[in-house]
Amino acid sequence: MLATALLIAFSLVTLALLLSFIRLVKGPDIPDRILALDTLYINAIALLILAGLHFGSSLYFEAALLIAVMGFVGTVAFSKYLLRGDIME
Amino acid sequence: MLEWILSALIVIGAFFTLVGSIGLYKLPDFFMRLHGPTKATTLGVGAILTASVLYFSFKTDDISLHEVLITVFLFITAPISAHLMAKAALHIKLKRVGRTREPADH
Repeated sequence: MLATALLIAFSLVTLALLLSFIRLVKGPDIPDRILALDTLYINAIALLILAGLHFGSSLYFEAALLIAVMGFVGTVAFSKYLLRGDIME
Repeated sequence: MLEWILSALIVIGAFFTLVGSIGLYKLPDFFMRLHGPTKATTLGVGAILTASVLYFSFKTDDISLHEVLITVFLFITAPISAHLMAKAALHIKLKRVGRTREPADH
């Protein structure tokens, strides 16, 4: 039961990763690309948590937490750069 | 019983993650696209993380709460990053599709 649910969830999240990657490549403007990158790392967190459930190991949470923190800092830095033309003032 | 709840949470979470990314892929305009992932994806990841909390709590017989850290962090930061991206898009005067309105004081 759980294995089947994990298989379905893996395919759905991988499709979500693929769609946001297409938007990252295609996205007509820079804010679209920032948003696609943001979505890409949130989907990567979901995929890592699913991998942790699949292998029954709690080793993957540290990686997911690191991706969450660094991805947020990256998104804020990109947006600040667009707003001000500079990251630190 | 636990396995049913876990499977339901996992599939619901993956479904909402996919809905967020479909919104990102299909909607015609940046301000509409911003709506999809920042709401649906946090819900999806939240459901998957809840499943993970339940699984590891019952597997090791003590409460495992460090997944909640990721949930709390995502729920705090998603509105902040969405706000900053919207501000940046307004600042560089991104072009809009017909139905997206001008902000009142801009």
